[in-house]
Amino acid sequence: MFRLVPRKEPNRAMLYATPFLAVALTIVAGFLLFGALGKDPLHALFLIFLKPLTDFNSLAEMLVKATPLVLIATGLAIGFRAGVWNIGAEGQFTIGAITGGSVALAAYPDGGPLLLPLMAVAGALGGMAWAAIPAFLRTRFNASEILVSLMLVYVATLLLSFLVHGALRDPEGFNFPESRLFQEDAHVPALIPDTRAHIGFLVALFAVAAAYVYLERLILGFQVKVLGQAPRAARFAGYSEKRIVWTCFMISGALAGVAGLFEAAGPVGQLVPSLPVGYGFTAIIVAFLGRLHPVGILFAGLLMALTYIGGETAQIEMSLPSATTSVFQGMLLFFLLATDVLVNFRVARTAKPLATPSGAAPKLKPAE
Amino acid sequence: MTGTPILELRNITKTFPGVVANEDVSFSVGRGEIHALLGENGAGKSTLVKMIYGIQKPDSGEMTFMGEAFAPSKPSEARQKGVGMVFQHFCLFEALTVYENIALGLSAAEAKTGDLRQRIIDVSTTYGLKVDPDRLVGTLSVGERQRIEIVRCLLSEPKLLIMDEPTSVLTPQEVNVLFETLRRLASEGCSILYISHKLEEIRALCSKATVLRGGKLVGSCDPRRETAKSLAEMMIGATLNRPVRDLPEPGEIRLKVQELSMESDEQFGVDLENVTMAVRAGEILGIAGVAGNGQTELMEALIGERPCRFSRQIQLDGADIGQAGPRERRALGMCFAPEERLGHAAVPGMALWENTLLSAGRTNDLARRGLISPTNANRFALRVVDDLKVKTAGVKSAARSLSGGNLQKFIMGREIMQRPKVLIASQPTWGVDAGAAATIHRILLDLAREGAAVVIISQDLDELFTISTRISVIAGGYLFPSQPTGELTVESLGLAMGGRSKEIEAAKRADEAVAEPAHV
Amino acid sequence: MDLVLNILLGVVVAATPLVFASIGELVAEKSGVLNLGVEGMMIIGAVAAFAATVGSGSYIVGILVGALAGATMAFLFGALTLTLMSNQVACGLALTLFGLGLSALIGQAYSGISLPQFPRVDIPLLTDIPFIGPLVFGQDALVYLSFALVAGVGWFLTRTRAGLILRAVGENHEAAHGIGYPVVAIRYLAVMFGGACAGLGGAYLSLVQTPLWVEKMSAGRGWIALALVVFASWRPLRALGGAYLFGGITILQLHSQALGLKIDAQILSMLPYLATIVVLVVISRDRMKMKLNAPSCLGKVFYATS
Repeated sequence: MFRLVPRKEPNRAMLYATPFLAVALTIVAGFLLFGALGKDPLHALFLIFLKPLTDFNSLAEMLVKATPLVLIATGLAIGFRAGVWNIGAEGQFTIGAITGGSVALAAYPDGGPLLLPLMAVAGALGGMAWAAIPAFLRTRFNASEILVSLMLVYVATLLLSFLVHGALRDPEGFNFPESRLFQEDAHVPALIPDTRAHIGFLVALFAVAAAYVYLERLILGFQVKVLGQAPRAARFAGYSEKRIVWTCFMISGALAGVAGLFEAAGPVGQLVPSLPVGYGFTAIIVAFLGRLHPVGILFAGLLMALTYIGGETAQIEMSLPSATTSVFQGMLLFFLLATDVLVNFRVARTAKPLATPSGAAPKLKPAE
Repeated sequence: MTGTPILELRNITKTFPGVVANEDVSFSVGRGEIHALLGENGAGKSTLVKMIYGIQKPDSGEMTFMGEAFAPSKPSEARQKGVGMVFQHFCLFEALTVYENIALGLSAAEAKTGDLRQRIIDVSTTYGLKVDPDRLVGTLSVGERQRIEIVRCLLSEPKLLIMDEPTSVLTPQEVNVLFETLRRLASEGCSILYISHKLEEIRALCSKATVLRGGKLVGSCDPRRETAKSLAEMMIGATLNRPVRDLPEPGEIRLKVQELSMESDEQFGVDLENVTMAVRAGEILGIAGVAGNGQTELMEALIGERPCRFSRQIQLDGADIGQAGPRERRALGMCFAPEERLGHAAVPGMALWENTLLSAGRTNDLARRGLISPTNANRFALRVVDDLKVKTAGVKSAARSLSGGNLQKFIMGREIMQRPKVLIASQPTWGVDAGAAATIHRILLDLAREGAAVVIISQDLDELFTISTRISVIAGGYLFPSQPTGELTVESLGLAMGGRSKEIEAAKRADEAVAEPAHV
Repeated sequence: MDLVLNILLGVVVAATPLVFASIGELVAEKSGVLNLGVEGMMIIGAVAAFAATVGSGSYIVGILVGALAGATMAFLFGALTLTLMSNQVACGLALTLFGLGLSALIGQAYSGISLPQFPRVDIPLLTDIPFIGPLVFGQDALVYLSFALVAGVGWFLTRTRAGLILRAVGENHEAAHGIGYPVVAIRYLAVMFGGACAGLGGAYLSLVQTPLWVEKMSAGRGWIALALVVFASWRPLRALGGAYLFGGITILQLHSQALGLKIDAQILSMLPYLATIVVLVVISRDRMKMKLNAPSCLGKVFYATS
């Protein structure tokens, strides 16, 4: 038998190794899963993990998918470090798209160089406003931010649907529940010409760098970590829990809101009810896979984007069910959380069962 | 000795990774004997009794109980054979009733025999251990909780009762009552293994003592024939020169707390009632009291984790600071060392150098304009480690990797090296070995000598008598007026510590009578 | 009268999955484990029950498979949080994300199939009593099971020794371990019971309520069940009441047209979610009361030293 023995210090090697271990285990499990589905596992894994890397357009698409994932996950990670469980990023994403998109629609058909920055600010503010609800209810009324922020996802989705059925509906759109296509100036400029990759990715990179400095160099980031690891020590040091909770929600809300706006003003180009496709939830996986560390999140976001692109290719080429990707992502998170234990614990063989069933001879003879 | 021993240990050895907890320990406990297991913190007493009680298994050696080979694999097995144990940290459930707690501690069969409620009442009246089966445990004092543990053990009629540091949570009067109970049990043939490091108690109670040091047996004796000094030498292995309290005449009042009342925000917390005190430069005020009488709440109020209602309720050098937060108070020259080291005074998973940022950030330039300076923080942490001889692999080690005593030295060092005007420390030497305790005491005395006002909250009366210039008692959230240490006896303190509401009321009234004219 | 009866019958149908899921989670939380994966266990229960019923042609098989699937998911959660001591919040989320994905994968083959209406109990004479008859004596078997479950859990927790031990483990796992109770094993059982209940709740959705398999059909009910446990202050009877309150709100939106309310469908659909938030705020406001009611070890990792 084996048992887990706590390590005196977290093992740094394991800290870096476990995400790779988790990916490896996911691939093994995927191999079995595809086998069970009666598909060629090797070919499927090739399509998911390698094929997209060989194709320029797929690489660009990876950036498109990675942008919202990295933006949202970076914000969430700061909160998770503080023990602030904002799991409603999907809702903040949706509201950010609504508020940012509304700016474009209000200005329609006018444009100008200030339009897009204004939309981004409006998107961030929208996400922050939506995140302010769980922040307020937790700090003022002690209500679980997990449940409140999650409930608000459903509300936000319904709100988007309500608006595109009514106030924001395209007047020339034959009653389709969609907004107008945004005007030219409201589109996020392309990062790479002739692809959908947009400059939102640069914003995501900037967010990663800023979050790194915040967490590693600023006292504010230190406070976040102390609150998450030892709330009483945070009180001892005089860090205000309320302020930290608010800051975490505002950062993650703003980033999720901006991500939503980039999605609406980038690859989609309008407001549609199907805009929220689950980036807010996948970002939770990304945050953990990236070890709640900004740089880790960047890589995790790219990997997750890869599974999205590869998953789509595999679905088309091998007629795999569309849910395969989310099963993969779920498994990845499971394996990661499972292997996480190795950071703080080591596996040891249980001490050999003591040979002392009553009457058995002791190993050491008493000195007579 | 009366016949065959009830319990015999032969050549017991137990090692943990990197530590030898017990090495080749042999001794025996006679029937009806009150046997002391004496040793310092970390001498291996707890590990030894855990093996007797089936929580841990020895690596080698053997035990016999009532003449039969004895190797319990779990506590229930030990209980079934007739071993009962009262832990230092009680295994009680605050949100459940006394009755439910006792039922949980018995096996299903034991709990079913007869009317358990009646049996509880019977046992508690027989041995003078008053308990009310329907009270929630959370509402009981520590002394009352210990009674539940003892009643629970007695219900299964043990042949051997193990008591782990039972008096550390009791008032001196409660200790006397406990001793009566134990003597009575022993006279009825129940053996008692009594673990302690308090020498006077052992001399008063026990007829035999086994002394452990560093996991090894160093000898056994009849404590009634030894002096406290000779026992101490056996226990520690060397004569310790106790720090001498030679403080100068006290100066101006530095810290003043007046009429501080604060409701607890914990489920079973204690409300502070009208706490008033004044500490002068060069003074060490000791606050005695049994655990759970408002010490935690007082500490929180003094740190500033919870602000006072009025700013004037706490004053530092005459300035009102009752509503200032911990950081402002530190900036004004206050330092704090709370009781709970891991999780309160330090973040367990963070490195020592990071832990300096918690309280020493501003005073030592470890962070400037919101930016952390790892270089300065590392340097500061190194200085603390060097000055206090903290045993650690380095300042990059996590706080949780240090032993209790070493972490406490680090925390005390972190606070003291900020040269505070006022230092407030709770249980500064709890769980710390004698050498480290002496170091910490010396540091506290030095600090007072240099003109700081020091407040020590402690349950250890010996400690308070050693270093405090004045002592006051906290009971039920009320702080009794302080008196010079020289004018106090353990008995007089004990009466206040066991303070029932009646006495507290009386003291308060007296207080008001004195205070009233002053206000006019 | 017919409208009122229809509404009340609808409330029962809407409330029953919540009763199952919340009573199960209540037991898990009483043992000190916060399993946020109720939504995931429910949806897996729903798809498993549906698939098994279609495959076997038997509702009983379907229901059992649904419960078993939920319990299996819960076992997975237990392995992560109890054996591997991972963070309970993160693992609960993982369970939900994984459950939603896996259910969609399994369910793909079953979309578009519909089951016949789930049989209702019919006691001659009694069921024929106007109004009372169909409401009290004409429900389906699972509704009666849900009531029995609430009563059984209430009795178990307050009247039995095993229930006392379960509560003790949730209050103070260190002490329970010290006395010699197998904390981890007890928690496994409690969590798996919770999973089985969530699975039953899911089965009710796909076998009785719709009766269809639709992707993401749990639509946040697992999360609402979690909020209900808080709302109920961890008391079974109150959880039942809460579930029926929410059932009422859900049904209100369906019958709003008939009741002459002119509010957009989307806004009405927000009601259960908004109500959940309001309820949480009202209940959580009193910090002291929350602390008194909540199991003290809820969500804390237990590592058995020694």
